[in-house]
Amino acid sequence: MKRYLALFVTAFLLAPVAARAQGKLNVMTTTEDLAAIAREVGGDHITVEAIARGYQDPHFVEAKPSFILKLQKADVLVVVGRELEIGWLPPLIQQSRNSKIQPGSDGYLDASLQAAILELPTGQVTRAMGDVHPLGNPHYWMDPENGKRVAKEIADKLSQFRPNDKAFFQQKLTDFNAKLDAAEKGWLAQMAPYKGTKVVTYHRSFPNFAERFGLDIVGYVEPKPGIPPSPQHTLDLITDMKRLNVKIVLVEPYFDLKTPNSIGRDTGAQVLVMPPSVGGVKEITDYFKLFDYDINLFLEAMKKVGATK
Amino acid sequence: MGATRFVCASVVAGVIALAPSTAAAQESPQALRQEIDQLRKDFETLKQQYGDRLTALETKLAAAEGGSPPGAAPPPAAAAAPPAQAAPPVAQVPAGAEGAGGPTGALPTYGSAANSSKIFNPDMAVIGDFLGAAGKNDVNPSPAMEMHESELSLQAVVDPYARADFFISFGEEGVDLEEGFLTLTELPGGLLTKVGKMRAAFGKVNTLHNHILTWTDRPLVTQNLVGGEDGIDDAGISVARLIPNPWIFLEATGQVFRGDSGDLYKSNKRSDLSYVGHLRGYQDITESSNLDLGFSYSRGHNNSATTAPAGTPESMDDFTTQLYGIDATFRWKPLQRSLYHSFVGRTEWIWSRRDQPTGLQSTDGFYVSGDYQLGRRWFAGARFDRSGHATDASLVDTGGSFVITYWPSEFSQVRAQYRRTNYETAPSIVSSANELLFQFQFSIGAHGAHPF
Repeated sequence: MKRYLALFVTAFLLAPVAARAQGKLNVMTTTEDLAAIAREVGGDHITVEAIARGYQDPHFVEAKPSFILKLQKADVLVVVGRELEIGWLPPLIQQSRNSKIQPGSDGYLDASLQAAILELPTGQVTRAMGDVHPLGNPHYWMDPENGKRVAKEIADKLSQFRPNDKAFFQQKLTDFNAKLDAAEKGWLAQMAPYKGTKVVTYHRSFPNFAERFGLDIVGYVEPKPGIPPSPQHTLDLITDMKRLNVKIVLVEPYFDLKTPNSIGRDTGAQVLVMPPSVGGVKEITDYFKLFDYDINLFLEAMKKVGATK
Repeated sequence: MGATRFVCASVVAGVIALAPSTAAAQESPQALRQEIDQLRKDFETLKQQYGDRLTALETKLAAAEGGSPPGAAPPPAAAAAPPAQAAPPVAQVPAGAEGAGGPTGALPTYGSAANSSKIFNPDMAVIGDFLGAAGKNDVNPSPAMEMHESELSLQAVVDPYARADFFISFGEEGVDLEEGFLTLTELPGGLLTKVGKMRAAFGKVNTLHNHILTWTDRPLVTQNLVGGEDGIDDAGISVARLIPNPWIFLEATGQVFRGDSGDLYKSNKRSDLSYVGHLRGYQDITESSNLDLGFSYSRGHNNSATTAPAGTPESMDDFTTQLYGIDATFRWKPLQRSLYHSFVGRTEWIWSRRDQPTGLQSTDGFYVSGDYQLGRRWFAGARFDRSGHATDASLVDTGGSFVITYWPSEFSQVRAQYRRTNYETAPSIVSSANELLFQFQFSIGAHGAHPF
C-alpha cells in the first residue's frame, strides 16, 4: 500500500504550484452584468471573466469543475448576492482551494450590500410562496442607479488590492458615472411618455427596471417564483390582462415561450423576449447596451401596440 | 397630495360651518360677500403654502432615494448617496458564514438584539425518502411501504479555516451518521482536506447520497461489490489536490480509513486500514456538454477472517479485498434552455478481487444509465445492470430498469421505476424479480446546492 501512497505524494509534489501573473488583478464575477461593470471601472488594469452566461437563468447554473479552475486563480470574486447563486456557487468556492475568495475574505465582494433592494419580504416566509428570496429580489442591477453603486463597490475593492492604481480606478469610476448619468437621462426621456404602462413579466426579474423607468408590473406568468405556469393561473392572468388592458408581456430569454405566446394571442399583447442581463443577446456587449436594447425593444413594441389600437 | 386634499377639505368644511352662522346674523349681503371673499383668499394662501412645502419635501425625498426629482436635472454622481432604507433592525451575517449555503448580507433579527446568536446556527434541512414496492422479489425483498430514510443535514462554517457538514440519516434500522466531517479550506499547497466520517471517493455512485440518485435504488454492482447502499462510508482522512496542467481539470484524491465499511471491509486490528485513491478528469466539450472520467482504487481487509473455519493459521487472517473502478459521465444541458432539457449518460465498471479462505474470487460488474429531461418537470431514464457476486465469482446477476420522475418543484419529486432483476442464486439457477417501485422525496429547510 505504501507504494500507492508514495505515488500520490509524488504526484502532489511534482505538480508545480500554479504561477500567478502578478500584473493584472484577476477578477471573477458570477454574472456578465457584474463583469461588464467591473470592466468599466477596472479598464485594462484587470482581467474579468463571468461564470454564468447572460442568456442563462442565473438561479440554475451548473457547478462545473472547469469553473473551479477559474476560481482557483481569482484574486477577487464579485457575486450578485441575495441568495441568487445559492444553488451553485457555494460548492465551487469550497472546492476552489482559494483562501482569497472565501466568503468573509477580502477578495469576496457581495455587490448587493449597497444596492437598493426591492421586494424584501416582511413577515413569515415559506416555500408555499414558491422559491422566494428571503433577502429580497436579487435582480437589482436592472436599475442604472444600482449600477453606479455596484461600480463604486468594485472600484473600492480594486483600489484595496492595488493601492497604486487607486487614482486610475477612481477616475474610471467618475467617467462611468458621468456616462451613465447622461445615458440614463436619455433613457428616462424616452420612457417618460409611457409612464405607468401596465406590463406582465414571466419571472420577477424586472422590479428595479420597472420602478426606475415607470412601468407598472401587474402580474406574472409564473404563478409563484420558480413555479412553472399552471392552466388556471394563465386563465386568471388573461382575464386580468384584458380587464386592465395590459399590452406587454416581458419574458426572460431562458423561459419557454409557449405560455407567453398563447397569452399574447388571447389578449393581443406583445410578447417581448427581454434580456435582464448583459450577454442575454449578442448585441448586448456592455452595461449601457443592456438598457439601450431593452428600452428600444419596449418602445418598438409600444409603437406596434399604439398602431393596432 | 393627500395632505393638500385634507387641508382643502377642512377649510371647505370650516367655510360651510361658518356660513350658516353668518347668514343667521342677517347682515347686509355686501358684508357677507366680503367675508366670503376674505375666506377664499385665506384658503388660497393656505393651499399655496402647503403645495410649496409638499413640493420641497418630494424633491428632498427623491434626492435621498438617489433618483432625480421630477423635472430637475439628475444630481451629480457623487451625490448619489446609498438609499436610505427604512429597514427593520438588521444583523450582518458573520464573516465567513456567507456563501456556504448560508445567508448573505443583512438579516432581520427576531426578538431582542441578544438573539442575534441564532444566526450562527448551522443551515438545516431534512430530506424525506418514502419508498413503495409492488411485485415479487424472493432474493432481496423490500417492504411494501417504508419511510426509507430521513436525512438531516447540518452545515456551517466553523472558523475562518474550516467548515463542517453533518448528514444524519434516520432509517428503519435506527439512526446512523451517514457523514460528518470537517473540511479545511485554507491549507497551503491547494490541499482540500476532510477529516471525519465520509462517503469515500470511489467512483460516482458511492459518493452520492440517496436523494441525488436518479433511481429509487442503487445499481447491482454497488449492492454486490461495493458494500451495498452505504457503500464505502467510513471514518478517515481525505486529501484532494488539483493537478495543474494546461488541458483539463484533473484532481487526485487520496483517502485513508479505519477499515470498517458494512460487509465490504472489516478491521480486526488497528493496522487494518483501508485506502481509496481516485483520479478525476473533467473537460468541457462545448458550453452545453462535458465529459467526466474517473479511475478509482480501493483496498481493505474483508470479513473472511471472522468467518474462516476454526484452525486457520494466523497468517490466513490477512484476507483483503481490492477494488478497481472506472467511471464515465457525459452531460448535455443547453445553457439557454437548461430549465427544460438535459441528458446525463453514465457508466461505472468495477473489478473486485477478494481473498477468502476458499481462494481468490475475481469478478466484475457494471451499469450503464441514461436520463433525459423531457420538460421542466419530467425526466425519463433507463439503466442496465450486470454484476458478479463478490464472494462467489461463478454467480452473476443481471437487471434492467425504466424510471420516470416528476418534479412538482425544486423541493419535491415523485418517481416510479420498473425493475427486472435476474438473481443467480446458485450456478445456473436464476430467480427473476419483476417489481414496480415508487418514491416520494421532499426537502425542507435550507436551500442546498444542486448536485453536479
